[in-house]
Amino acid sequence: MELSEHIKTANVEDVTLKRPFHPALRGTLCVTSHHLLFSDRKDEASWQLLILLKNIDAVEKRAVGSSGTITIKCKDLLVLQLEIPGMEECLNIASSIEALSSLESVTEMYPFFYRPSHLTLHGPWGLSSTEQYYKQTERLWDRWRVSTVNSDYSVCPSYTSAVIVPREVDDDKLIRSARFRQGGRFPVLSYCHHRNGMVIMRSSQPLTGANKKRCKEDELLLQAVIDGSELGYVIDLRSAQQAQQARMTGGGFESKSCYSHWKRIHRHHERGKVVQESLIKLVEACNDPSHSVDRWLSKLENSKWLSHVHSALSTAGLVVECVERDGHSVLVHGSEGTDNTLLVSTLAQLILDPASRTVTGFLCLLEREWIQAGHPFQQRCAHSAYSHARLKLECPSFLLLLDCVWQVWRQFPLALEFSEALLLRLAQEAYASNYGTFLCNSEQEKCAAGVKENTHCLFQSLSKPDIEEQYLNPLYEPNDLAIWPSVHPQSLQLWTGLFLRWTEYAQNMVEAREEVWSIVKEHREKAGPDRSNNTPSTHCDTLTPFENLMDELTIL
Amino acid sequence: MIVCDITAFPKEIQVKDPAALSAARRPYGESLQMTGGAITLQAPEVWWSEMEHIRMPKVENVRLVDRSYSRRTQVGTLYLTATHTIFVGKGSEDRNELWVLHSLVCNVVKHKASQSGYPLLIHCKNFQVIQFIIPQESDCHDVYISLSRLSRPEKYEELYCFSFNPNVDKAEREHSWDFLDLKAEFSRMGLPNKMWHITPINREYRVCDTYPADLFVPKSVTLPVIVGSSKFRSRGRFPTLSYYCKENHATICRSSQPLSGFSARCLEDEQMLQAIMKSNPGSRFMYVVDTRPKLNAMANRAAGKGYENEDNYCNIKFQFIGIENIHVMRNSQQKLIEVSALRSPSMGEFLLGLENSDWLRHIKSIMEAGIFISKAVAEEGVSVLVHCSDGWDRTAQVCSVASVLLDPYYRTIKGMMVLIEKDWVSFGHKFSHRCGHLDGEAKEVSPVIDQFLECVWQLMEQFPCAFEYNEKFLISIHNHVYSCHYGNFICNSQKERKDLRIKEKTHSIWPHLWENKLDFMNPLFKPEQSQNQGLLRPSTAPYCFKYWRRLYNRFDRELHPRQSELDCLMTIKEETQQLEEELALYEQKLAVLDKERAKTLYMQKGVLDSKQPLWSLPLDTTLANTPQDYLGGFMGGAPNVFTLQQGERESAELCLFGDKPKSSDADNSDQESGVADFSSHSSGEESLPSEDSGKDPDSDETGPNKA
Repeated sequence: MELSEHIKTANVEDVTLKRPFHPALRGTLCVTSHHLLFSDRKDEASWQLLILLKNIDAVEKRAVGSSGTITIKCKDLLVLQLEIPGMEECLNIASSIEALSSLESVTEMYPFFYRPSHLTLHGPWGLSSTEQYYKQTERLWDRWRVSTVNSDYSVCPSYTSAVIVPREVDDDKLIRSARFRQGGRFPVLSYCHHRNGMVIMRSSQPLTGANKKRCKEDELLLQAVIDGSELGYVIDLRSAQQAQQARMTGGGFESKSCYSHWKRIHRHHERGKVVQESLIKLVEACNDPSHSVDRWLSKLENSKWLSHVHSALSTAGLVVECVERDGHSVLVHGSEGTDNTLLVSTLAQLILDPASRTVTGFLCLLEREWIQAGHPFQQRCAHSAYSHARLKLECPSFLLLLDCVWQVWRQFPLALEFSEALLLRLAQEAYASNYGTFLCNSEQEKCAAGVKENTHCLFQSLSKPDIEEQYLNPLYEPNDLAIWPSVHPQSLQLWTGLFLRWTEYAQNMVEAREEVWSIVKEHREKAGPDRSNNTPSTHCDTLTPFENLMDELTIL
Repeated sequence: MIVCDITAFPKEIQVKDPAALSAARRPYGESLQMTGGAITLQAPEVWWSEMEHIRMPKVENVRLVDRSYSRRTQVGTLYLTATHTIFVGKGSEDRNELWVLHSLVCNVVKHKASQSGYPLLIHCKNFQVIQFIIPQESDCHDVYISLSRLSRPEKYEELYCFSFNPNVDKAEREHSWDFLDLKAEFSRMGLPNKMWHITPINREYRVCDTYPADLFVPKSVTLPVIVGSSKFRSRGRFPTLSYYCKENHATICRSSQPLSGFSARCLEDEQMLQAIMKSNPGSRFMYVVDTRPKLNAMANRAAGKGYENEDNYCNIKFQFIGIENIHVMRNSQQKLIEVSALRSPSMGEFLLGLENSDWLRHIKSIMEAGIFISKAVAEEGVSVLVHCSDGWDRTAQVCSVASVLLDPYYRTIKGMMVLIEKDWVSFGHKFSHRCGHLDGEAKEVSPVIDQFLECVWQLMEQFPCAFEYNEKFLISIHNHVYSCHYGNFICNSQKERKDLRIKEKTHSIWPHLWENKLDFMNPLFKPEQSQNQGLLRPSTAPYCFKYWRRLYNRFDRELHPRQSELDCLMTIKEETQQLEEELALYEQKLAVLDKERAKTLYMQKGVLDSKQPLWSLPLDTTLANTPQDYLGGFMGGAPNVFTLQQGERESAELCLFGDKPKSSDADNSDQESGVADFSSHSSGEESLPSEDSGKDPDSDETGPNKA
């Protein structure tokens, strides 16, 4: 097999491993097609470290005499050092890692080989489908329908096969509207508010162009969305100026004259490269060892990461304000409608909809709004903060979403059923995973690659009833109201759990989390079995030691 | 609600229904102690002079502006009393009162007239900002003049603590001052012992009038040496013990700077240091830590002051730690306050403003000094002498931060009180000057104790399980340091307090805080955990120093988390304890019942079957004789008892997570779902119309509580 050809040296003895806040270890290093395995030499209770090669963002090598040092920087922000005796071995290992960590072919990736004994490949893939969502949402039945116009992905390659659209708009109109939207992403329903039936739609920008083209069908489609009510809002995630400029390159916006019942609000959001660079700068600032130099705050400011968090949350708040308080429907889009659009629509739902705050509800939301809506994970998460590779289409939109969700949890510590650990797990899985969930850029690509037949689904595995305790929020108490987060800079914080995850700072927080659990458990114990119904049984599948280890790694 | 018109009774204010009053006041921290059905604020003679300053006792139709939503205002009546500014809102809502102690007012500013009237801004020392709009210019001016005068008392007797009279008798008040006992604290440390004893030299405050009467010095030091040393130190503040480490005999001592100038030396002072060093037999040397920047210390030499010359003192290691002076700190905090009060800053403005204030850098430098000293004592076993210029600001900060790091006792509620009493109050931190209690030199004001409290807060953030208290405790202390509600933080030294007979005329804050200690508990406190015992080793990475939103934006409710993890955990813990007690009670009852049953059974052996339908099991009289068996029978009937108990519990839980009746303030009942103002940030060309969309901020249907 070709993968093994990349491995010139498979095993090296006497390697020293250095990790932050752990004593150095000596042991054997082993490179396989998908993993880097280190095991220390003590025979009994040997300790092993297993890293998915895809998790490795950058490899730096340095020669020290006859031996070499490899610094491994992971996409989950962990940094490791390996001292390898023998220069040749060192170079071989480094080049193997480099080659195998940047595989292009989806079917060669580890999810296609991951076969744990406790999971089977049969049965439906994913938590829910468009049809199921439609069935569950009674509010929709009257005025909305499921369209399969995109069943062969020809109308919009990045959408799923089924989408929810106004009942009165037929498929022909949808096709025409799709032609008028970038990438064919015509307006589709993202969320219907259970309280008042108002909806959040999402799309890409209309292709009005310099000569102000119009599309009757697109206008009709949006008209049908607000049907009867006098007003809808278009939340355009670009500044007014940017939207104007987009016309020069064929894009544009919904002008007042053509969409008379829609009011446009512009909110500027950074995208693509700028956000990726923010992440790089922020991680750099967090890892700066020169603590005497006290420019931390300006470095934090300079990274602009928290500004992105701020804009995302406040625009989501604006959407919620339109839907919940004003009782109007909203269309959200930026340019392509695959990044900030999804970010804002997801956050708005988290704020509005109590159902999306449970573990399963949240995972369903992510599945709908990110996987099925076609966020190009493969492109966006190709590299993380350490890579020296030239940036192409990388952008940490999903990480930004998780950060925003974390901010909401900080402000409403009782409102979410899941814990910070789940967000951290998702942050890691999006970049390197045993599961097929975040592979490819769209459902179409997933089908072509056979992802659903040949890999396991992360969300399914996470939403099992016997979910691990650490992913649950012990203080969770369902809350029917909208949870409006404060977006004042004073209220937003650096997500220390993620960005300072590998520092001593995080250690004490783990202790605090454990204490919260023990308080709650003691209470449940004392309160008797009637209360402990919601105590999750701890995950105790019999895993092979190897798998057990991998679980530990993803949790770390 | 206030029943009587306050202004009608200038000499004695009667407030009926103190519960409503206290509810209105509690959120603002300065709660009254209520013991009876009504409270009485008795006016001492000095009030008559106070009353003279009130040009305008009452103004109608004043509007109170909600700072977070400037569109939202409340109309009501403004009262000026001798001690408080009171705003009573009109309208159906009850509890809409605002009480502000005059002593908490930092400054009053008149703003340019607007369409709706004449705005008056009141900045408070607890970082509350209140904005009134007064319809008439003359009224506004009168209130301004009155408040300006009332908030700057000239005599101690005008301060609120001298008129505050919470219906407790004399004995009780005196007792309140015995709540903390510094002698007990020193004996907790293990003093006096064969090396250290109390010197009587300062009993009359003759050697040093800013020091306490009781001071610990090495036994080997003679009175002339102390006197000689004190003459060689600024303000006579000779080296004396602040903290003693039982385990290794290392100490933290404190003093002021030596009057060394460029070359002067003092044999007694050198002997003093030598004696301190020697009273720690385990070490060969001691550290002398000058907490000032080197440049400042050198500049002092020109004034005949300065720092210890390593050549003159045997076996000392001299160390500068650059903590800036009170003026730098005052300006820094001023900048910080400006940043915290920005209405809707961008992320960039906020972070750069925070950085430019330099505040967190100063906090870090104090923390680093504390870490240096705590490590010297705990890890090296070396004694440390700490001083700055006068030894009552930076020295107090650094000694107390080091103590918190060293000794888990100071991480308990009682320990924190003792620490403040010892290192700050008794050692003559100039509270009156630094907090600006009286009208005086603005240059003397400085947030020295704020910084100490913040250092402790930063440590709490890093070690969430190491402290018995929570941040509310620190904020409460902060509030009372400035409020002049209690006598503890009045004056600049123990001597002044004694002269003023503070203990006879005022009350002590500590018992009051102790009574409310349930509010101040940290549910995560785990004293038995190994990393929470002994020395705390905080990280000083810059990202570990955070902005203390709860203090600086204390009154901006919309900025804080809408649900409180702390309160929730506290309630859970309390409930667990209750359940435990209940369980114990039932077990007890069960035992008693068992006994009685056994007795009756024994007596009624013969007719048992017909008289005891409770037991479902057919009873064999022979079996009934053995206790286990009817225990089993009894247990069969027992679920009745328990289901009832469960029912009670559930109803208790319903309010557990929703409205928490116990801790609910009038203020935070809508914490579950606050509505943030997003539209104000709208940067686009079009923004949400506020009128036609019917977006009345008052009519948010997300409601104040979860139904």
